[in-house]
Amino acid sequence: MNMQNEMPAVGAVKVYAAISGVVILLMMLFGLVMRMTQGQILPIEPNVFYQLMTAHGIGMVAIAGLGGSAVMWHFLGKYVNLRAGFAWANLAFFLTGVVLVLGGIFLGGFAAAWTFLYPLPANGMGMWGKHAAAAYMGGVLLVGVGMLLFYLESARAIIRKYGSFAKALGWHFLKSGQDAPPATVIASTVVTIINIIAILIGAVILTMMLINLYVPEIAIHPLLAKNLIFLFGHVFINSTIYMAVIAVYEILPKYTGRPWNVYKPFVWAWSATCLMVLTVYPHHLLMDYAQPLWMHIMGQIVSYTSSLPVLALTLTATLGSIYRSNIKWDLTSALLVLSIFGWSAGVIPAVIDGTIAVNQVMHNTLWVPGHFHLYLLLGCVTMILAFTNWIANKEQAAGFSGLEKAMLWVFAISAFAYALMFLLSGQASVPRRWAVHLPEWLAYSQVASLFAAGVVISAMAIIVRAMGGIIRPARQA
Amino acid sequence: MYQQVAWIVSIVLIALLAIAFFYVVKHSGREGNGAAVAAATGRWRGRLLWGVTLLSIPVVAYTLTELPYARSAIANLGTVEVQAKGYQWYWEISQTKLPVGKPIEFQVTSADVNHGFAIYGPDMKIVTQTQAMPGVVNVLRHTFEQPGTYKILCLEYCGVAHHSMMTELHVVAQ
Ligand code: HEM
Ligand SMILES: [Cu+2]
Repeated sequence: MNMQNEMPAVGAVKVYAAISGVVILLMMLFGLVMRMTQGQILPIEPNVFYQLMTAHGIGMVAIAGLGGSAVMWHFLGKYVNLRAGFAWANLAFFLTGVVLVLGGIFLGGFAAAWTFLYPLPANGMGMWGKHAAAAYMGGVLLVGVGMLLFYLESARAIIRKYGSFAKALGWHFLKSGQDAPPATVIASTVVTIINIIAILIGAVILTMMLINLYVPEIAIHPLLAKNLIFLFGHVFINSTIYMAVIAVYEILPKYTGRPWNVYKPFVWAWSATCLMVLTVYPHHLLMDYAQPLWMHIMGQIVSYTSSLPVLALTLTATLGSIYRSNIKWDLTSALLVLSIFGWSAGVIPAVIDGTIAVNQVMHNTLWVPGHFHLYLLLGCVTMILAFTNWIANKEQAAGFSGLEKAMLWVFAISAFAYALMFLLSGQASVPRRWAVHLPEWLAYSQVASLFAAGVVISAMAIIVRAMGGIIRPARQA
Repeated sequence: MYQQVAWIVSIVLIALLAIAFFYVVKHSGREGNGAAVAAATGRWRGRLLWGVTLLSIPVVAYTLTELPYARSAIANLGTVEVQAKGYQWYWEISQTKLPVGKPIEFQVTSADVNHGFAIYGPDMKIVTQTQAMPGVVNVLRHTFEQPGTYKILCLEYCGVAHHSMMTELHVVAQ
């Protein structure tokens, strides 16, 4: 098994990081175009808007997955023996899937949103046909299969090294207080477990919908389909953060000189998350009154409890590790700290929206993209940018130039303000996923477009700079 | 009302969070006693976990007392029944002139894909909503307190003309 020598995992991780950077930029541009269209600054037709919306949604979710898995692969690989072939196989599936998805959207006109809610993909009403829907859903399925290979490999490697998932989760440590696994291994094990389950469920519903496209007689119950889609979607997108946060666990200590210790509540929190993240998705169906009452109530209660433990521990540990630590600030460490702020901030409006009474007036308004842009843009993607920058700097602390400081602040302030504009719009009942806004809502979109432009420009500067560092040594080799 | 509460609570909590970050970052420079900081971190962790837990329990309990889901067991004498059906891309509503102050029962469904049946008040703020799902009837009960023109907007993405799926309800005093 000397695949590692032939194709060093470092190479795969660099390729992942480089692709993530480029795709994030492109998808951000799509986002800017959408927001400007809603503000009537750009004359984009609704069918194109909804194609961009579908591409932006699936593109960002998939790239958060890819970027997150780069972080996980890189650091988990320091503790267990991962075979690089699987990283490349995942990438091959990913790229093939992306080609199909993009073809379905921009050649086939598919625009049923990234969540492909049944039965919309089969009902394009002339905007797209069966084959376009099949290309999209087949593409998503391929991306899922690649990810599944990746997690099966991490499962194998974790079990080989630690003996069982229970040990890798640190359950023995709860009893004996001895031999705690590293934080990275605990987080990776949780993600491995929940994402294998989630991707299998996603694969089931995608396959059912693909069959239904061509054999409409084989119908699916729409409420069942919605449950499965959101179980898959929720766990997958949550996992992107749980993978990316490993960057904080691993890199921040290099700057503060304080190790990221594993203690009992940390073990408890991650194991609890493992269960809760799988049962929290009904908060996406709070407005489906026909759903059983117990699921609504569970959806609200688990919304309050599920994000709390890991986040609270990560938040306090992050603050505690930088307080009076003589931390060395550079772009990487600043982005890492910013990302924990973004994640924590995003969870606040998310939990509030998980309250049934609030959801009744906020569901499917711009409040929803408001909270998730906080923890995806200012959280997850910020972690991925920090990681990209870290490997670009050859895993060392670097200087912090005035230009970098300026870019960091522009990024932080505009991303934050951009997300707040979504929340403010949601508070004013502006619907999400509307290509054309009513006149009284235009001002929100116009102001937001300004901040979106700030995000695009600063992210571009950060990404282009990091790309230089990633590509240069490869060229010399 | 809940919109304002949600917004204000979010902003206040996010501001507190930002203050905590600014404070800690500002004091990140001079190296302090590692053991003392670790102990203080542990105390803050406890405070945060307990604080959030103690705050959440009454909030969750209180907000769970008034759920919007109509239970068929409750007999509602004098309820006005309205059938609402979503189509790509229009609404078919059995009755659009409705009385103020009387309980209305909207039986909401869809003929094709998922739609969202959201009632907007005369001030264009959402009053209440439910999903319109094919093969499913969602029962939404609502009593209008104010007369006026209300709008129905589609709040579940349903294809290219999703944003033009709007219609009106006229709520009148009797
Ligand atoms: C410059 C940065 C960004 C801009 C300008 C932007 C803009 C937008 C806009 C305008 C929408 C549609 C909102 C609506 O429903 O009307 C949207 C939706 C969305 N965005 Fe972003 N976004 C940005 C970054 C991100 C990032 C970093 C992620 C995730 C990693 C992300 C994930 C999503 C998702 C999942 C949706 C939902 C799509 C849907 O409703 O189908 N976005 N974004
Ligand atoms: Cu619609």
